[in-house]
Amino acid sequence: MTSSKWLTIVACVSVLALGVGACGDDDETSGGGGDLSGTIRIDGSSTVAPLSEAAAELFQAEQPGVKVTVGTSGTGGGFEKFCAGETDISDASRPIEEDEIAACKSNGIAFEEVQVANDALSVVVNPENPVECMTVEQVSQIWDRGSKVDSWGDVKGLEADVGDEGMELYGPGTDSGTFDHFTEAINGEEGVTRSNYNNIGEDDNGVINGVAGDEWALGYVPYSYVEESAGKVKPLQIENPESGECVAPTVETVQDASYVPLGRGLFVYPSGEALQKQEVLDFLTFYISENDPITEAATFVPMTEAQKEASQQKVDSLVEG
Amino acid sequence: MAALGPQAERTRLAAAGARSVTRAAILSGQPLKDVIKGRIFFALLLLALGLALLGLAALILDAVIDGRSMLSLDLLTNSASRISPETAGYANAIYGTILLIGGVLVMTVPIGIGSAIYLEEYADRTKWWNRVVELNIQNLAAVPSIVYGILGLAFIVRGPLDLGFILFAGSITLSLLVLPTVIIAAREAIRAVPPSIREGSFALGATRWQTVRRQVLPAAIPGIATGVILAVSRAAGETAPLLLVGAATFVTFDPTVFGDNGYTALPVMIFNNAKQAQPEFHVLAAAGIVVMLAVILLMNSFAIWLRNRYEQRW
Amino acid sequence: MEARDAIGASRAIGTGGGPSRSLQAPSPRYGEKAIEAILGLCALLSVVTTTAIVISLLEPSIDFFGQVSLKEFLFGTAWAPTFTPPEFGVLPIVLATMVTSFWGLLVAIPLGLGAAIYLSEYASPRARKTIKPTLEVLAGVPTVAIGFFALFFMRPVLEDLLPFLPWSGPQAAGVAGLAVGLMIVPIIASLSEDAMSAVPTGLREAAYGLGATKMRVATRVVLPAALSGIVASIVLATSRAVGETMIVLLAAGASPNLTVGFTESVQTMTAFIGQTATGDIATGTVTYYTIFAVGLLLFLMTLILNMISIRLVRRFHEAYD
Repeated sequence: MTSSKWLTIVACVSVLALGVGACGDDDETSGGGGDLSGTIRIDGSSTVAPLSEAAAELFQAEQPGVKVTVGTSGTGGGFEKFCAGETDISDASRPIEEDEIAACKSNGIAFEEVQVANDALSVVVNPENPVECMTVEQVSQIWDRGSKVDSWGDVKGLEADVGDEGMELYGPGTDSGTFDHFTEAINGEEGVTRSNYNNIGEDDNGVINGVAGDEWALGYVPYSYVEESAGKVKPLQIENPESGECVAPTVETVQDASYVPLGRGLFVYPSGEALQKQEVLDFLTFYISENDPITEAATFVPMTEAQKEASQQKVDSLVEG
Repeated sequence: MAALGPQAERTRLAAAGARSVTRAAILSGQPLKDVIKGRIFFALLLLALGLALLGLAALILDAVIDGRSMLSLDLLTNSASRISPETAGYANAIYGTILLIGGVLVMTVPIGIGSAIYLEEYADRTKWWNRVVELNIQNLAAVPSIVYGILGLAFIVRGPLDLGFILFAGSITLSLLVLPTVIIAAREAIRAVPPSIREGSFALGATRWQTVRRQVLPAAIPGIATGVILAVSRAAGETAPLLLVGAATFVTFDPTVFGDNGYTALPVMIFNNAKQAQPEFHVLAAAGIVVMLAVILLMNSFAIWLRNRYEQRW
Repeated sequence: MEARDAIGASRAIGTGGGPSRSLQAPSPRYGEKAIEAILGLCALLSVVTTTAIVISLLEPSIDFFGQVSLKEFLFGTAWAPTFTPPEFGVLPIVLATMVTSFWGLLVAIPLGLGAAIYLSEYASPRARKTIKPTLEVLAGVPTVAIGFFALFFMRPVLEDLLPFLPWSGPQAAGVAGLAVGLMIVPIIASLSEDAMSAVPTGLREAAYGLGATKMRVATRVVLPAALSGIVASIVLATSRAVGETMIVLLAAGASPNLTVGFTESVQTMTAFIGQTATGDIATGTVTYYTIFAVGLLLFLMTLILNMISIRLVRRFHEAYD
């Protein structure tokens, strides 16, 4: 046979092998003896997605007959599909808005806001930076609209010796829940921010890399990225406005609500209709009760017992209502 | 006495170069100036090619180096995992990509070639509507992939076709995305067939379709194959439109073409992995890129074999 | 069969007398007409697609322009639709699209054409059979991968090569542009090479016979002969460069700065659409409608670009024998 014919045969066989290999694997993952079946569609924020994905994986290990898929169309895109009845659960990194509530109502979709984790938005600097603690006021000086702060010397009231080094700023995408929460907590209103900073867009790792590579850079990211960065960046302590103490973002300080105002909750929105399906109800109950391993896998801050109870109550009320 | 050191080396090289150019000039009968220009031109061509290949090599090496700790055949058989990245794989995503690309091939090859044949062989160029079609196709090639995602969401997933978030809808969206490339490349290939071939066929009494089918198309297959390769490669690597028409980023079972359980594709999973906070997923993403390249290579190989078989120079 | 009919018909005319038979085919050839109709329908699909795109873009755009003036949109110099207060001047992102495409073409045209000339005129058939497919693998690299490659590899390398440029931050318009260029090289190289191969060898041989050097044959004979195919490949590549989303999103960033600097972070029109459409913006808001307005603008810009180029291509097309 000619060499070109050999090439074809090799190519076809490889494709077939891939196909068979890809197909033949599913049965091996059947662990628990669950007897539920069905499909659960989840879509929405890419911040909450790792949590839902971890939950889906752990749940499917116990209930292999249930197929759970997680999409990342964004919180807005997720709600649009959710209120059109196309998804069962919507991941959200911000609360549902007026227009979206109206859309859900007009389509007869009942829902509840169920908390599934906590997050600590962290202001990060390079480990070489001597600054340890900042007040909300100082962070706002840097990030507020029309801010003229260009160098570290411009920030009033810093205790550390920063000289007059130029400040390089990094922030996540401006269409994200992270952005919304940060601007509201620090500058008082959602969407109020200076415009001349490095907007790294889709991938929050960009903030970590940018700050790690520049001794005098500053940025803000969700907690998981700081934790996983293994010391590449240093999270600043934020002075609690009430107690006056510098509080670092840790699991404990978020759970006991001393890390303010940058701590936040992360939510999913199940629909009443979806909860009529046994598999969805079981999944959500699982999501809440197994919160600790799920948040650990996705590197988020777990819920407190009180929060778990509140979430379960919301789920129960939606099932009945 | 010959001088020692780098200056002597340079002199030696310069002398050798001048000698070879002069010899070539004398032997070929061309003026020396032309031989030098020819050599420089050839060197520039090689440089251009070299840079392009170097870019590709750097990209592949970078991915292999970054992903080397996870490169194994397990990537092809394991499902996605959020909990344990060490044992995660791309099995379901590979299957999804193969199904998507199969759908794209089935749709773009006939429609693309058909459109190209119509525009080149049958259409009257002076009629304004044919010019509109031409302009349309060229414009569609420039529409960003995300807009095709919006189109897919509005018209294919919902709207008139109302297919829902199924893999077939993703296939259709991708097909619309790459169809202009296939049409444009096919048109150029058909246009390049010398008119004498067609005229000879007509002179023997063949109808237009017979001419196209028996003479023009076989001659144009290499160019068409190139267009299909480029188009399908692009479709395989697209992320943004698939996200909008419902490709999930986390799927742990094999998708079906018309099933509504959900599906995913390789580039979507790679992107999702790269965005994660945990560095293990970055390594997984790099490994995924290597897998993707292997899949592309396999797909291209067949089309290239086809092209090589039908190659002819006029 | 057909040949006999033709000969029979011409014989009838030749003899002058006898039953007059026209040169028309004896049957109306419905098969031919049917085939022409089917092929025409295929071509019509492109018009249907364009119409669908325009419709899906037009309606939300009309909503958008009901709230934002066309003048502010087209001539404003600040792009911040997610800020409070929002600004809708589109110039920064239009400029970014043009700058990145410019750098892309600057790289891709010489590299692509150079590779094409080498493959078509200088390479041995064996070399051609291996190098051309290798280049086409570049077309299959997912744009996500090229984006990360640009961010993590090209950017540091370029900073080392060109340290005198004002580098700041990991995202740069020029780097993204170069990466886009790398991506479109196979389009130009492969399609141009096909065009050049299709030039009849007779032309080359005639030139050699007249004493032309190889370089002269390549540049003065083959290149002009293949010009329509080459221009078509360049136009296709430009379209691709302008419409590229992922590479620029990752490597150029999301900061809509109004600048042409090589090292500045910018946000192209496609990056904006890509990020916002999968972000957390609520659907149905003015901010969300910006996606469609920008999409419409992009569509119109490329329409004009293509109208011009079609004129050019028609002028250059040459047919042989």
